[in-house]
Amino acid sequence: MNFTLKIWRQKNATSKGSFKTYSLDDVSPEMSFLEMLDYLNKMLIEQGEEPVVFEHDCREGICGSCGLYINGRPHGPMRNTTTCELHMRAFNDGGTIVIEPWRAKAFPVIKDLVVDRSSLERIMQAGGFISVNTGSAPESNSNPVGKPVSDKAFDAASCIGCGACVAACINSSAMLFAAAKIAQYALIPQGKTESKERVDQMVKQMDAEGFGFCSNTYGCEFDCPKGISIDFIALMNREFFSSKVCKQRHT
Amino acid sequence: MKRSNTFLSSISKKYIMALAGMFLMLFLVFHLSTNLLMLVGDGEAFERAVEFLTLNPAVKIMEYVLFAGFLIHIALGFVLMIHNYRARPVKYHRPLRTETSPFSRFMFHTGMIILVFLVFHFLHFFFVKLGWVDMPAGVSDRHDFYSMAVILFQNPLYSALYWLSFVFLGFHLKHAFQSAFQSLGLNHTKYTPAIKVIGTIYAILISVGFAIIPFYFLFIYSP
Repeated sequence: MNFTLKIWRQKNATSKGSFKTYSLDDVSPEMSFLEMLDYLNKMLIEQGEEPVVFEHDCREGICGSCGLYINGRPHGPMRNTTTCELHMRAFNDGGTIVIEPWRAKAFPVIKDLVVDRSSLERIMQAGGFISVNTGSAPESNSNPVGKPVSDKAFDAASCIGCGACVAACINSSAMLFAAAKIAQYALIPQGKTESKERVDQMVKQMDAEGFGFCSNTYGCEFDCPKGISIDFIALMNREFFSSKVCKQRHT
Repeated sequence: MKRSNTFLSSISKKYIMALAGMFLMLFLVFHLSTNLLMLVGDGEAFERAVEFLTLNPAVKIMEYVLFAGFLIHIALGFVLMIHNYRARPVKYHRPLRTETSPFSRFMFHTGMIILVFLVFHFLHFFFVKLGWVDMPAGVSDRHDFYSMAVILFQNPLYSALYWLSFVFLGFHLKHAFQSAFQSLGLNHTKYTPAIKVIGTIYAILISVGFAIIPFYFLFIYSP
């Protein structure tokens, strides 16, 4: 397969970037999207050019680092698929592929296609944890959790924090990420103790990072590689309401 | 760590927007049911309804609540739009192809059209009542909304623009209804599909309901 690649190149966070066009021949349809970029980089290195910088780690769809905005869709044209699990057979032979970094104020570009997603980390630090005694393993029967509940909590926890929800949102809102991370604790008994402070702190941090506001277009759900449901956003809104109304001040 | 410096959090704004919107949606039902009285008995029923409403002190209080509802909903709409625009300083080269409902994507735009309509609506009726704008020729009483409406609706250009405004209001409401429930966290596997259907029916009924009135005065009514 042959492709024309239009890729965003930016030297560093402060420099002005621009698109550069490359043509790439003999691409195997079995190559993953990242392998195709590896192949391009090999060619660029051989030509003495600087390779395209992109983020990747596990290459099996669980680490959340490989987010690329491909032809107008975060993680490319396939639903429920991360960039690393996308294969070149999903594209038309001879076509043009435009690759851009995530665009959001809270995701500044570091270099080429790599953005700084530590804003999501700071939302987690603000409240995405439970306080338990470490050391010995807890008694397994002291916290019974129903199967449907644990399944739902796991659905929320399957968010890999890639930021596609922000990239797919017309408002650059991180509500689906925050909602998934709040829900994964709010649904199970281990997370109940701190649930009111958690939602309060995480939403506060999300606002501070400069993400946009949600206007319920549900684009995040459509492009989430893990298929996280917008039902969790409604759950977060409920949690937030109850935290504002019911939270007691501890003196 | 960065600190949030806004007075209201993003979700609080969502709640306020949804509650104000729901209040306005209830008002539309009330407004439509009053307006439909114009179609019966040469406006006598409508005039009696207007008389009742102008004399009722509870309605006077609700008028202020209604203004507050409109102002909050519109002002927040602008705040959200500006904030969201600034949340993506560098736009995408390839526009987003993520599948979303066009009704949801163009909420601000349809809202702006309704706002323009609202300005004219005030100029034609409310400001006339207050005496800020002169009465149109042929109307002798500042509270004679029936005659004012008949004069306006018999102008085909005005009626066409009126219909167009209500098409966009329908688009706005189509998304607004279910979105308000989602914003308030009222989401349920059993009831959410029903809410979506009811929202669509509501949006159609409101826009068709209002659109019938100029249709009547243009084509059916003869004085």
